Amino acid sequence: MVSGHSNVRGAWRTQDRSWIGWRFVGPFMAVFALVFLAPIAYSIYLSLFRTRLIGGTVFVGAGNYLDVLRDPQFWSAFTRVAVFLVVQVPIMLFLALLIALAIDSGRLYGSAFFRIAVFLPYAVPAVVATLMWGFMYGTRFGLIGNINQALGVSLPDPLSPGLILASIGNIVTWEYVGYNMLILYSALRVVSPSLYEAAALDGAGQLRIIWAIKLPALRGALSIATIFSIIGSFQLFNEPSILKALAPNSITTYFTPNLYAYSLSFAGQRFDYSATVAIVMGVITMVIAYLVQLRGTRKAV
Amino acid sequence: MATSTPIADRAHRRGRGPASRGPLVIRRGRAAREGRSVTLTALTAIMLVYTLLPLAWLVINATKTQEGLLNSFGLWFAGDFALLDNIGTTFTYNGGIFTRWLLNTLLYVTIGAGGATLLATLAGYGLAKFDFPGKKGVFAVVIGAVAVPGTALAVPTFLMFANLGLTNTPWAIIIPSLVSPFGLYLMWTFATDAVPKEILESARVDGSGEFRTFFRISLPLLAPGTVTVLLFNVVATWNNYFLPLIMLKDPDWYPLTIGLNAWNQQAGTAGGEAVFNLVITGSLLTIIPLIAAFLLLQRYWQSGLAAGSVKE
Repeated sequence: MVSGHSNVRGAWRTQDRSWIGWRFVGPFMAVFALVFLAPIAYSIYLSLFRTRLIGGTVFVGAGNYLDVLRDPQFWSAFTRVAVFLVVQVPIMLFLALLIALAIDSGRLYGSAFFRIAVFLPYAVPAVVATLMWGFMYGTRFGLIGNINQALGVSLPDPLSPGLILASIGNIVTWEYVGYNMLILYSALRVVSPSLYEAAALDGAGQLRIIWAIKLPALRGALSIATIFSIIGSFQLFNEPSILKALAPNSITTYFTPNLYAYSLSFAGQRFDYSATVAIVMGVITMVIAYLVQLRGTRKAV
Repeated sequence: MATSTPIADRAHRRGRGPASRGPLVIRRGRAAREGRSVTLTALTAIMLVYTLLPLAWLVINATKTQEGLLNSFGLWFAGDFALLDNIGTTFTYNGGIFTRWLLNTLLYVTIGAGGATLLATLAGYGLAKFDFPGKKGVFAVVIGAVAVPGTALAVPTFLMFANLGLTNTPWAIIIPSLVSPFGLYLMWTFATDAVPKEILESARVDGSGEFRTFFRISLPLLAPGTVTVLLFNVVATWNNYFLPLIMLKDPDWYPLTIGLNAWNQQAGTAGGEAVFNLVITGSLLTIIPLIAAFLLLQRYWQSGLAAGSVKE
């Protein structure tokens, strides 16, 4: 394509080379602009207007934002994902860390099998994972029902309003624990073996090695895993949306901020308000992700 | 690019230059002399039970009829082995719509994930190997976009596509699938190490055009990274739920995920037939190709992921 220019190249080589990168990056950026930048700009535009049944669409400035900040349903949804984040993410990452350390220790039988088997749920679609667990949760014909029948007990219903968030946390943990394990494990594999040899010469035990060498080496990977998990928690949608069919009384239309935005748009046709909810959540997510990253890198220095 | 230099330095300090692109995960050595522990294996096996139990449940229950599901123990087989019947019914039920959903999914995956991988590979390589005006801006915008909740974009994208007449068509699924900021990021870090500058310089001296150099020389070197990005894009597209949920009304365009969910909800609607045996069998059929892909391509994605994740 470009080779035809070869005789002229020498003359304007420097300028030419400085722009040629765009031929590689350009196609990506064009689609990126269409499906990322344009929707962001459009939703900011939408959030500044309000459509009324009478009077049409009017400019309301920050009106929608003030409404979101005073909206008890939004805060209820936000609090729910915040609780989810504070409880589920540490549990999941702690489990992922334990398995990564166990596999990396080299003291497991069949460690390659462990690695792939724990990771497998990542390949399962959220729809299938949620349906599977949803059926198993069932007190009528699921596993819980089986246990109740077999042992003559009555376990609490995992799909009841009090337990549904924990049940969703379990599904999400199941889906992503292996993925996070793999990220941490990959970071452990690049620790130089000479460090371990030196530690062994100094008489350091396994726990000391974990504490003094492995955990510091994992700081970057842990901060990445944390950021992805935070983004995931704030976006929680698929699992509650699918479980709704199995537990209609436990999952409200404003169960999570995303479910709320979805219901506002597609059940309520309130696109402007829905866009505002999405923007507010986007900004909160970015601020928190940024703070975590800042903390992660500051510690690393 | 302040960030690219320390990253490259670190990789070289660890002795992983471009030459050692091999799957670094396979490396053991220090493991052997410690001796294996039965206790640790048993403890870790608890986790294995947790991750594999639901999959075992799925396989077992795909062998049951709708009645068998209701009156047999969940973790053991019912009297009649109905797996083949279930598979047959899954493909023929409702005029064979499951086959249609499978073909739709394949279409979205081939064009969406394939295109996303091509775009990410080109762009990642461009960012890693060229200096051009606006490069810092590209980097900042794309990294910033990773933090934007994907679902926050869904409503405005839906409205835009509705205005363009694209909703309820395959394009509504394919176009947004074409962009993978994570794939770009991974290819960018991977290309930084995998393609040595000297090779590009000598190709330029020989008068090879940049695109010819890319396809002839760089692309083979980028293969492990490309396979990883492709695999993760395939998973993302195959498992996509939210986007098709809002974009598609017509069941003829559903991918498998939305179709299965529709079958599940069917039991709750007035006069709807409960087909949980088909939901379960269809779920099993949906996950088999992906699990097979991950098992077969292990060597590639594990090394590719490692290369991406170590470099913050």
